[in-house]
Amino acid sequence: MDISRRDIFKVGGKLLVLASVGATLEQITGAEPASDAYRMADHWWGMIVDIDKCIGCGNCVRACSQENKVPQGYFRTWVERYQVEEGKPPHVESPQGAIDGFPPLTRTDLKSFFVPKLCNHCVDSPCVQVCPVGATFVSPDGVVLVDQNYCLGCRYCVQACPYGCRYLHPETQTVDKCTLCYHRITKGLTTACCESCPTGARLLVDFKNPKDPVHEILRTHKVQVLKPYMATGAKVYYENLDGEVR
Amino acid sequence: MVPGVDGFMYPNEFELQWSVLIVLYPYITGLVAGAFILASLERVFNVDAVRPTYRLALLTALAFLLVAPLPLQLHLGHPERSFEMYLTPHTSSAMAMFGFVYLWYLTVVLLLEIWLEYRVEIVEMAQSSKGIKRWIYTALTLGSFNISPAARRVDEKVGYAVTVIGIPSAFLLHGYVGFIFGSVKANPWWSTPLMPVVFLFSAMVSGIAAVMVLYAVCMKLRRTPIDMRCLDTIARYLFYTFVIDFTLEMLDLIHRTYESDESFRSLDFMVHTRLWGSHVILQIFLGTLVPLVLLAANQLWRYTEGVRKAMYMTAGGLTLVGIFAMRWNVVIGGQLFSKSFLGYTTYKMDMVSREGLIPAILLMLLPFAIFLVLVKLLPPWQGGKAHEA
Repeated sequence: MDISRRDIFKVGGKLLVLASVGATLEQITGAEPASDAYRMADHWWGMIVDIDKCIGCGNCVRACSQENKVPQGYFRTWVERYQVEEGKPPHVESPQGAIDGFPPLTRTDLKSFFVPKLCNHCVDSPCVQVCPVGATFVSPDGVVLVDQNYCLGCRYCVQACPYGCRYLHPETQTVDKCTLCYHRITKGLTTACCESCPTGARLLVDFKNPKDPVHEILRTHKVQVLKPYMATGAKVYYENLDGEVR
Repeated sequence: MVPGVDGFMYPNEFELQWSVLIVLYPYITGLVAGAFILASLERVFNVDAVRPTYRLALLTALAFLLVAPLPLQLHLGHPERSFEMYLTPHTSSAMAMFGFVYLWYLTVVLLLEIWLEYRVEIVEMAQSSKGIKRWIYTALTLGSFNISPAARRVDEKVGYAVTVIGIPSAFLLHGYVGFIFGSVKANPWWSTPLMPVVFLFSAMVSGIAAVMVLYAVCMKLRRTPIDMRCLDTIARYLFYTFVIDFTLEMLDLIHRTYESDESFRSLDFMVHTRLWGSHVILQIFLGTLVPLVLLAANQLWRYTEGVRKAMYMTAGGLTLVGIFAMRWNVVIGGQLFSKSFLGYTTYKMDMVSREGLIPAILLMLLPFAIFLVLVKLLPPWQGGKAHEA
């Protein structure tokens, strides 16, 4: 096939027009343009959650739900309230994922605390391991994602996740989960849950950024991941985590 | 309070992800593997007494194997994408291998063995019948009309080799299905290295029981006397296999009880409440102990033919129910408790939805319809002429 110089200019011209329209649209909508400077290889995302700072307001659940259009009754993130009585199994609740917070405590003499949960974006994710077509994968910047155009909806990954973080989206019939607001963090923003947290209980961290506070926290604070015996390489670290938390 | 939920479940855990269709999948593949292993008894291990069921077992295996992928297809959110498992399989996924294991077993083992077994009759029918039947049998010859004694000897040798390959393949088919469950470390009800072995032996138990019952029913329908030597032998092998299967399952139970790890209280509570009927009553008592006693009694004492038939049929029928209950308890039971070990949910089976009871019943009836067609096309009653040659 012969391609003339004229053809090249025609195609190039169209591309230029399209690119300029795109830029204009972004300015109109106020959306942040995708950062050209973002290089996946320079990041390794995770989160620090400080249990003692969480007040169980449910802001993070609502923000996530709105930001990511999470279907009703399913949760990319949720908050649990633990009430621990000596010698008894803990009483745990998470009404509607705590999207509307929690009712007042009926007993105030018990140890009580809130635990925000989300996908742990594991390095050795069991969900990634079992996906029969590789539709779920760890991105080069350490985020576990699902390719919605490739997922079969077999739900093996839902069974394999030890933390209950995945669900089948009722409309797309593909598996859905926390993306760590990938559309935001690749533009230099933080996640919706972190941004909406009034106490700073959640902190998006980048393990590859030498200036990130995560290094100071991991060096000086006592932290733990959920279900460490699962050896999933979870990247969501918890400060002040009680041994009763499952 | 969420209806049907006790205690605390993670909020995405309320509804079960794997339905009754996924119960059918290991049940059906188990019948396939078991029926094939029974057939191989005659071919490879020269157990002459079970010859009347050789062809029947092969056709049973084929009828069920053809249906095996259907419950999976119906279950998928995007069945149109399932072919991706062949094109871009994720090598670390146990499930990704299903298509390859299935195709290997269907084409290399079962179809080839059945074709070799029936080749002489197919050629004879192609030459003697008329009209559409002639076309069908001519197509089934695959262009090979040579049925000389020399050609039959080659068929016999190749058939033997295929059966020898088929035995580990049958083990692979069902052991692999067990691995799909046994390798899920997030689920303590499933996660045990014994799972593939338990699945394998329970598959053999169910397949042998199915062929035994099917043989007796077919003979009854054809008003042909049952070969009691054959039935006694099958029942004896069913007993031996069942003893191993039950031992393995009890080993698993004892091990779990003795270890009593973090999940034990939760699982123990589940077995004593939500799974009591299907696990203790159906699977262990009615589906295992009663058939074992019936089969064992026949090893110890001699009963009249009529009593033996009744005992075998009761044992076979209960075994099939018991193994179905076992699959149910694995698949459904494994999703009834929270991975937090603090709560339990309930399985609500629909009636007519894609993954409901009606499609499940239809899928269970379909192999019998296929079996009827196969029996019409390839009558199993004459008994292996090919390797008698």
